[in-house]
Amino acid sequence: MKLNKLNLKQTLKLLEKKEISLEELYDDIFQAIEEKNKELNIYLYVNKKALEQAKKMINFPLKGVPVAVKDNFLTIDMPTTASSKVLENYYPQYESTVTKRLISSGGVIIGKTNMDAWAHGSSTETSDFGTTKNPRNSVYSPGGSSGGSAAAVAANMAIASLGTETAGSIRQPASWCGVVGLKPTYGRVSRYGVIAMGSSLDCPGPITKTVEDAAILLKYIAGKDENDSTTSSLPVKDYLKFLNKSIKGFKIGICYFDLPQLKDSQVNQSIKKAAEVFKSLGVQVDYLQTSEKLEQNKVISPKYAIGVYTVVQRGEVSSNLARYDGIRYGKGREFFGAEAKRRVMLGIFGLSSFLKKEELVYKRAQRVRTLYIKNFKQLFKKYDVLISLTSPSYALKIGSSASSPMFGELQDMLAEPSSLAGICGISVPCHHDKKTNLYLGLNIMGDYFQEEKILQVAHVFEKSIVL
Amino acid sequence: MRYKPIIGMEVHVELKTLSKMFCGCKNDPFEAKKPNIYTCPVCLGLPGALPVANKKAIDWTLKLGLALNCQINYLSKFDRKHYFYPDLPKGYQISQYDLPFCYNGFIKTNDGVVRICRVHLEEDTGKLIHTTVNGEKVSLVDFNRSGVPLIEIVTEPDIYSSSQAKEYAKKLYQIIRYLDISEADMEKGQMRLEANVSLIKEDSCQLPEYKVELKNINSFRFLEKAINSEIKRQIEILEKGKTPAQETRGYNAEKNQTFSQRSKEEAQDYRYFPEPDIPPIKITNQWLKAIKKELPEDIFSRLLRWQKDYQVRSEFVENLFETSLQADWLEKVFQNMRKAGLDSGKLVNLILHKKIKVNLFQDQPEKLVDIFKKQTVIEDVSDDQLKGIVKQVLKENPKAVEDYKKGKTTVINFLYGQVLRVLKKKVEFERVKKIIEKTN
Repeated sequence: MKLNKLNLKQTLKLLEKKEISLEELYDDIFQAIEEKNKELNIYLYVNKKALEQAKKMINFPLKGVPVAVKDNFLTIDMPTTASSKVLENYYPQYESTVTKRLISSGGVIIGKTNMDAWAHGSSTETSDFGTTKNPRNSVYSPGGSSGGSAAAVAANMAIASLGTETAGSIRQPASWCGVVGLKPTYGRVSRYGVIAMGSSLDCPGPITKTVEDAAILLKYIAGKDENDSTTSSLPVKDYLKFLNKSIKGFKIGICYFDLPQLKDSQVNQSIKKAAEVFKSLGVQVDYLQTSEKLEQNKVISPKYAIGVYTVVQRGEVSSNLARYDGIRYGKGREFFGAEAKRRVMLGIFGLSSFLKKEELVYKRAQRVRTLYIKNFKQLFKKYDVLISLTSPSYALKIGSSASSPMFGELQDMLAEPSSLAGICGISVPCHHDKKTNLYLGLNIMGDYFQEEKILQVAHVFEKSIVL
Repeated sequence: MRYKPIIGMEVHVELKTLSKMFCGCKNDPFEAKKPNIYTCPVCLGLPGALPVANKKAIDWTLKLGLALNCQINYLSKFDRKHYFYPDLPKGYQISQYDLPFCYNGFIKTNDGVVRICRVHLEEDTGKLIHTTVNGEKVSLVDFNRSGVPLIEIVTEPDIYSSSQAKEYAKKLYQIIRYLDISEADMEKGQMRLEANVSLIKEDSCQLPEYKVELKNINSFRFLEKAINSEIKRQIEILEKGKTPAQETRGYNAEKNQTFSQRSKEEAQDYRYFPEPDIPPIKITNQWLKAIKKELPEDIFSRLLRWQKDYQVRSEFVENLFETSLQADWLEKVFQNMRKAGLDSGKLVNLILHKKIKVNLFQDQPEKLVDIFKKQTVIEDVSDDQLKGIVKQVLKENPKAVEDYKKGKTTVINFLYGQVLRVLKKKVEFERVKKIIEKTN
């Protein structure tokens, strides 16, 4: 077996037992990159010194395993572009907290992965350096914006990877590439040194081959960071300890199954399939109706989340991109792509006070956002976790997003309410279409800082589901 | 027609915390040996950098707010204020919009109460330097000042004259120095005065529909002069039946004239929104209690009390100290003086006129009683002894005597000094003067 196909846990175990060497591991990784990167366009930059660096890490917990990192994490010795021409060849002066923690735990950055430019998109098609192709079927998109990181794992070009999610950007590409993607609670993982998109939403997290791998990586990157005031000082739990506990007696609520867009679709069958799996494990499963307003034991329609998310995120984008003026670093504003410009304009609109009669659009959006928070808080009083499909469809064909500027939003619709609320969620494969070799993901959402619970449920599910 | 000025003030003050407002960089832009040495990803606005608020700066803002009789917002937050300028590296300034730390305060002036509507905390910008490098005109940016904590104190339009504006600004300066939270050196821009000036007809009580913002004022004297010259300018316009333009004007001290800098006809939209990188700040009772405990007695009440308790006049003693620690030292001195039955008022005058040798704020306060006694108590000298010495001095200084005879009477001070030098004792000037006059 090729060693690049190993998951993180297996790799660590085999390295520990000295049954494999780092040289062998990296040979296979580099070979996979050599063979497929040109076609799939996963890495924008490959770290040629990775093996050399890995050898110094063998006594650290992560033992020098190669981890792919989305190109919006600042990395000192590697360019960081956020897939935008504005930052082409930009070498950061400092290292992001997450990659710093990854490296100090023994991880090695094997390369920087392609993404939607500035993370604006759900397909990597807005990247100024070309789209990434889905390794499962290269006619299809890998999803995004962390499409490169999800594809790197699916293509076995890395043992695991890091992505960032603002709304769906970890879970949706994980779903489309048939891997596991974990979006931690907002504030669980530091944003310091991550190129900001929607600051009140952004959240770095792992993309891995298994749920257990996600638990391993999360442990090393999570926790309070003095450089990020929005990180929580709650202690980081030993997530692995929870994985093999039974979920018998758990209560699970199913969300969004009754959305008009999904009701009769083929993909909705897989949520029923998941429900049956959970029932067989002794879990109480309730189908929660979607409601137009805040009601007990019902889920507020995600359609409002699209509007809220659009205004909030675009507003923050317009502010966060203001620093890229080309005066101190990077190229000038004329290098911004069409999507970034569109988002800045829309963001500025939402923050402008010229519509004096009305409440500031941004402010109203934030108030609706609070409704989603209340809704989740109520639901988590009753349910251990909530589940839904991660994406309302399988991976779409490359090119199908170009015609619709709202493409990303429709795709991310299922993730947006939970992202706006800031709760944690994990996408785990729940169905495999043999004909296209494409996957669907199950989105398991948990209460604030209860990553151990979603990992526990996802782990049991992963072991029990027949794809 | 007669007009009356309506003036509101905005004052910016740089806090002298050790580190900057949102990062750990040294806050010392004026002593920096080179440009851009006190910088980091945060104050340079590099990608991915995040601000972390300086607790001390918040403490000091609350302190100032309390000293200005303000109410405190128990839930406060920072906001982003967007505008483009090369000295603003993030494209926005982290400031406070609708929930400033402090609001609804006041300062009393002789001409009435000036209400303070808000005291908020923000960050300073970098500095543009326009110069020539290798024969090419360039604009350079120094970010040493970028992110220095900056307090803004805004009044209601409660000021009705240039002298009241000056008094307000001076009192504010006194309070800031007393709390020792800023050097407030206006030459260095550590305290920046802005006055919003407009005129209404004397019998009107409506706010005028325009306002002119005066900037670049770096002393209290210039504040008064700038406002006066601006009032004159506006009267001339109004007399012609026109309305002065809404604009920002600078002040040229040499010409004693204000000049237009920037039109403000269209209100700029700063697109304020809550700073998502810094969670809202809850000011707990415990926190506020700790601040109140540190807060010294109000400076103006203290000066009044001193007048009553120690008979020292405020207008004199206030020139002697700045910080509350210095005031504490003086208070101890006055207490000792009172115990010894000595005149603190006289001591204050002697110190102000440098007629007494003391190490201000350094000597043990108890020692001042002795120093005062030694240097002021007149010693017993007989008339004969004094006459003898005067004769000797006059003999030794024939040139001075000649000058005196020619009518240069100031020479007498010199001769008095010479007498004291020989005598090695202190005698009254008038007594020596009489003997000198008689001897001639």
